Amino acid sequence: MKVHLRNPSRTLDVPGPVSIVALLQRLELNRETVLVIRSGTLVPGDAVLEDADEVEIRPVISGGAT
Amino acid sequence: MKCRVCREPAVIDIRRHNANFCSEHFLRLCRDQVARAIKDFEMFEPGARLLVAVSGGKDSLAVWDILRELGYDADGLYIGLGIGEYSDESGRTTRAFAEQRGWPLQIIDLREAYDYDVPTAAKVTKRVPCSACGLSKRHLFDQAAVEGGYDAVVTGHNLDDEAAVLFGNTLRWQTDYLARQLPVLPARSGFPRKVKPLVRLGEREMVAYCVLRGIDYIVEECPMAAGNKHLGYKEALNAIEAQSPGSKQAFYFGFLDRAQAHFAAAAPTAERSDAVELTTCSSCGGPSSGEICAFCFLVRRTAGAQPVALTVKGSS
Ligand code: SF4
Ligand SMILES: [Zn+2]
Ligand SMILES: [Zn+2]
Repeated sequence: MKVHLRNPSRTLDVPGPVSIVALLQRLELNRETVLVIRSGTLVPGDAVLEDADEVEIRPVISGGAT
Repeated sequence: MKCRVCREPAVIDIRRHNANFCSEHFLRLCRDQVARAIKDFEMFEPGARLLVAVSGGKDSLAVWDILRELGYDADGLYIGLGIGEYSDESGRTTRAFAEQRGWPLQIIDLREAYDYDVPTAAKVTKRVPCSACGLSKRHLFDQAAVEGGYDAVVTGHNLDDEAAVLFGNTLRWQTDYLARQLPVLPARSGFPRKVKPLVRLGEREMVAYCVLRGIDYIVEECPMAAGNKHLGYKEALNAIEAQSPGSKQAFYFGFLDRAQAHFAAAAPTAERSDAVELTTCSSCGGPSSGEICAFCFLVRRTAGAQPVALTVKGSS
């Protein structure tokens, strides 16, 4: 499956099937700091992604100092 | 994963509530949390006229949307900071958002209105960009709110923002800041009331809200934010949160419930924000502690200076 990441923007190819939790673990991402989006909507944490899927992992942290 | 309310398939889990929600009930939860913050902290009354500080980011667009959904009379104000592509993009996003909904949006562009921008001001003053930026935004929002007769300025600070600020203030025991860290600041001599209706919602919930509501916000960060302390505090708190869900909320609301009043009571009067002697700025007529206010002083120093060519692009 194709996994789009941001900051910096890049695309990874990850073999499916894989659960969201396992995918985030593999990418060493904290579940508190990202959301997974597929076709414009949220993918729940227990979903399993297939080879044909294309998802975005959206960081949720913003850093303005004021 | 099933929705706690209706048992239909859920789209999001919120570990600190130990609950999952479908789209409809998640959106309702967000509105309920905002309504509760407004009530608990007596932010404003039902008929209030509100001025929302919008940046094009998830929090400010979401808070504007939620307040309108709750029936409030809320207008937006956007400030063009002149931070290269980031500002171009966030300006486009904000305008499109307001136009699609037909909501009133006022725009002030620093370069057009005052002949400076944030990167240039940072260079001239030899301070970090966030310093000139914060000063400019605070002044212009305050002024617009007072002149426009608004009951309060609304900002999109969420639970993560407030917990991170609290963490920083606590790490260094900045007791004067701790004395003032509240989700509501009352109006005082020339300054409008300021409120933060998103304090009961986390950053992850704000992104989820925007995705589920189809709100197109600017995902790219301001390039000036990269590597600042605030981000480090958020990272540290999120590492704790992952181990122990609910920590951020317990930290922040525990402070408000059990600690803030002690700091406020102990703060020397001279340091209390409501006790500083203020006069009127001879240039803009706003509140000031000197002959001219800090904003007008900044404008005088930086207006007309050779603009800084930005080498950093939108993504950081
Ligand atoms: S990160 Fe700093 S410079 Fe950028 S918008 Fe926020 S306060 Fe302004
Ligand atoms: Zn439901
Ligand atoms: Zn002034």
